Amino acid sequence: MSEDFFQGYKGRALELLKKYNVRVWGTAEIETTRGKFAGTVLPRSENDDDLHIVLKIITGYNIGLDVVTITDMKEIGYKKANYKIPEKEFPFTDGFPAVKLIGTGGTIASRLDYRTGAVIPAFSPGELYGAVPELADVCNLTTEKLFAVFSENMGPEQYKKLAIAIGKEIENGIDGIIIGHGTDTLSHTAAALTFMVQNSPVPIVLVGSQRSSDRPSSDAALNLIHAATAAGHGDIAEVMVCMFGPTSDEYGFLHRGTRVRKMHSSYRSTFRTLSDTPLATISKKDGVRPIKKEYNHRRKDRNVIIKPYFEDKVSIVYYYPNMQPDIIDSLTDNGYRGIIIAGTGLGHINKPLYPAIERAAKKGVHIFMAVQTLYGFCHMYVYDTGRDLMAKGIIPAENFLPETAYIKLGWVLGQTDDPAEVKRLMMTPINDETTRREPYNGYLVYQGGVPEVEDFLKTFHK
Amino acid sequence: MSKIFDPRKNYEETKKAIGYVNRKDATQADYDRIGFMSGLEVHQQLKTKEKLFCNCPAGKFQKPDDYHAEIIRHMRPTLSELGEYDGTALMEFKTRKEIVYRLKHETACTYEIDDTPPFKIDREALGIALEISLLSKFNIVGEVHITRKQYLDGSIPTGFQRTAILGVEGEIPLKNKKVRLIQLSIEEDSCREVSDIGHRRIYMTDRLGMPLIETVTYPDMVNPDEVMEAANYIRFLNRSTGKVRVGIGAGREDVNVSCTGGSRVEIKGVAHNKWIPELTHNECFRQWSLLQLRDKLLKSISNIDDWKIKSQELNYKDFNFPYPALKEAWEAEHKIIAIGLTGFHSALSHFTQPGRCFANEISERLKVIACLEHPNMTHSEQFYPDVSIDDLNRVSQLLGCNENDAILIIWGPADDMKTALETIEERCKMAFKGIPNETRKSISDGTTIFERVLPGADRMYPDTDSAPIPLESEYIDSLQKQLPVEVIDRYNQLKKWGVPEDCYHYIFRNNLVPIIERIVNEFKAEPVFVGTFFGHFLKNIQGKIKPVSEFNYEIIYGLFKFLHKEKINFLFAKEMLPMVYQHPKMEFSGVLDTMKFKKRQEEDICAPVVFLKERFKEVGKNKGETEKANWVMGQLRKQAIGNISLKELNSYIKKH
Repeated sequence: MSEDFFQGYKGRALELLKKYNVRVWGTAEIETTRGKFAGTVLPRSENDDDLHIVLKIITGYNIGLDVVTITDMKEIGYKKANYKIPEKEFPFTDGFPAVKLIGTGGTIASRLDYRTGAVIPAFSPGELYGAVPELADVCNLTTEKLFAVFSENMGPEQYKKLAIAIGKEIENGIDGIIIGHGTDTLSHTAAALTFMVQNSPVPIVLVGSQRSSDRPSSDAALNLIHAATAAGHGDIAEVMVCMFGPTSDEYGFLHRGTRVRKMHSSYRSTFRTLSDTPLATISKKDGVRPIKKEYNHRRKDRNVIIKPYFEDKVSIVYYYPNMQPDIIDSLTDNGYRGIIIAGTGLGHINKPLYPAIERAAKKGVHIFMAVQTLYGFCHMYVYDTGRDLMAKGIIPAENFLPETAYIKLGWVLGQTDDPAEVKRLMMTPINDETTRREPYNGYLVYQGGVPEVEDFLKTFHK
Repeated sequence: MSKIFDPRKNYEETKKAIGYVNRKDATQADYDRIGFMSGLEVHQQLKTKEKLFCNCPAGKFQKPDDYHAEIIRHMRPTLSELGEYDGTALMEFKTRKEIVYRLKHETACTYEIDDTPPFKIDREALGIALEISLLSKFNIVGEVHITRKQYLDGSIPTGFQRTAILGVEGEIPLKNKKVRLIQLSIEEDSCREVSDIGHRRIYMTDRLGMPLIETVTYPDMVNPDEVMEAANYIRFLNRSTGKVRVGIGAGREDVNVSCTGGSRVEIKGVAHNKWIPELTHNECFRQWSLLQLRDKLLKSISNIDDWKIKSQELNYKDFNFPYPALKEAWEAEHKIIAIGLTGFHSALSHFTQPGRCFANEISERLKVIACLEHPNMTHSEQFYPDVSIDDLNRVSQLLGCNENDAILIIWGPADDMKTALETIEERCKMAFKGIPNETRKSISDGTTIFERVLPGADRMYPDTDSAPIPLESEYIDSLQKQLPVEVIDRYNQLKKWGVPEDCYHYIFRNNLVPIIERIVNEFKAEPVFVGTFFGHFLKNIQGKIKPVSEFNYEIIYGLFKFLHKEKINFLFAKEMLPMVYQHPKMEFSGVLDTMKFKKRQEEDICAPVVFLKERFKEVGKNKGETEKANWVMGQLRKQAIGNISLKELNSYIKKH
């Protein structure tokens, strides 16, 4: 393939560059009706218009020039940028735990190409050491890039591959596993791994960042250090999510993979355990400090059980008033085998849906009811409507989070289609996807403005 | 260390040797001799309702202790283009500062704490900034690209400032030359610092995110006065739009200075332009002096590449230190370390700025980089020694130093000592090269102290959170049409009117030409009178009286309008001014009542002239005609003002 001299340019801007023989990475002098400009021509983002040419001027800033105003261009030099992240050998320290970092595609650590602004991921141990040298004070790190997909493209195939890879690492004697992951579907993967990797003797820690690591105030480095500490030194041998506790750079939480959810589109402290407390806090200073008394302890054996199953034809339906029955019908007609309904309140939907539910149940679709309140239990005995629904074949899913219920149903249906077995597997918790008790401090969504809450905010770092 | 050495004498001698002169006495020849060169980065807040990238109100401020919540961040250096951490980055990381932000509901949202991506740029701010770009003759870009500029000091919670270039290559006219401008950018303002003690730096987020522009000049200024003139011109130009903020902190200058063979040093955040001459003068001589020191050191130290500090921890009990700071350090179980600087005899007391010497350069870095609070150091060339000669000699022996060396004693928490020693060695080795690139903080006495290492050029990269903003030609043309008259034209206008020069600064600073013009055109007032009314009378009164409610210049316009309508002579405005200024809300007719002003006809006022002239014969005895006229004038002056011009009255008196 011939070299692309006009990266990202199209239409009028491309014509102009060709006309004056000016290439991307060329140093150019440009005459316009608004005066003279000079700088290096940069690639243009594919989604931007075809009316501007991007220049990096000598002071380091980028500017765009309107093609309509350009009267002359001259390329006076050419220097193509080619950058690589520096590698330093990750130091091996005798007696430190062996930790494996498995990459899924999210950028855990990265640096910027200052000329294009593109993020270059740092992934090999050497690159990571260059970016977060503190890791070498925590563990002996090795890495493996399993695949490169964005968080939103993670799915059953990736869950299964991950589970198998984790199983292999555990067999080979690793002391802890970190999985680098984009945050959007981090909790889905955490749930999937909880079901697919059972009885793990070592910690399996999923970690991401809410601010990319090319930013000085990124949460990536601290999350990674926390994750390495939890994986290498922590006693909790479960599938966990490790992310910021408060938005301040103070401590992180370890969340159980089945009860955790992303609760804010952009906050650093976006991951919360719902209807329960987090498993533990984690900090550089104090290491892992369990909050929950009961958890699976680290073991010496390698008796992990890998169950890489998943049925694709499962869906979540988020109920809303006036939902029409054809929504359910279309799932049934398209061969879906399982549906999680996120119902209102204690787990309700409207009457007009009843026939569609009945029809689905008759066709063998497994339907479970979770709650869109996210917090609390599904209680279908409280009202008649609930009892009617159960009679029509909907099974109340206790205090499952809707997303966790979806992942588990997919996993269960990957193993069996027998209604009784499906129900048994679904409702037998593997690791707190449903809990028998909801602690009184599991639901704490405080509201600002109340004096005691304001006092709290002023006293403690949010 | 037995050699008799007078540090004060050495300070004076080195000061003389570099040819330091006071600014008052300095001539262009002095500045040419040391190669004075200076450029400006002029910051100006824009008067918008909201902040630049979020919908928080702009211009609301909090007090340091008035906050609702705090959050903490640490800034990590990110790799630079060459795969290395840049100087500032490394320094800030060394300091391991905990940055605390104080938030207040009214002035900060989740954007300020970097928990929400930016919203679209404030169009009001963009419009104002473009107006100023056009006034400064910049070539306007076709598309605005938001760029991130890294700041690791914590002054911006993201660790970078969002900034964008609007124009390049402009110019401003000074009295005797044109100064070229490099660029104008629009950017978000940073946090205000509350305190910086030890490892904890506290900021308030009220100012953070307010729209700001930065006008950058070429280093075209060749003496301190020129730098101030350029700073004033840019400030006046910004204010001529009437759309920028005024008051403390609304306009701030970063001043870059170097001398021949020196380095670019940036004096940060100069709040008052009148400080600029003294600051730039002293900075240029500081550099000149450090170059002399370099030459001296290179002569006395043969192998600079292998030069290292010697250090030795001291046991407080082994000495007889009378210095309280050392006792406190011992009581706090801090470490006390002596450092030998081979070949640095007489370097520590080498003059750098008035009242400062090379030792200060080290001590200031210890505070900033190693987080050791002042006093953090004593040394062998103090004007007033903190440590006895006996003790110093013993320390010298411990270190294996001789009379060609200098000795420092530092103290502080054990964890900070490694950085402290590195800092000392680093600064001393820099003395072999010349002048470190750094940013310095201005002190009101015209000197500066070390603030940060100057960041490298590689700290700029595109903001992936925001799309480019096209600037269509129609939009730029429409802005061009509504531009105010240029400052240079206004300057010429004032000159033509004959307004005295000493009024100009006041008039430009407060952007009063438009008001003066309106008063002159609408009410046919004398331009000289109106100009001096502001530049002399009002300025004078502002220094003496405090208004009871908020005063603004439109009130003066209103006053002239009132007098014009009531057909009262404009001279009376001067009589009314003190009361009008003090009580901005009082109606003008109320002011007249309070002053017991009576509207009278010209004939009534002139009627007693003949009678008074007769009376003068008794009062004035044998005095002449001039005295007579003056006396009569004095008797009638009060009634006359506002009803008849004094000139007319005077000629009436002379005629009758």
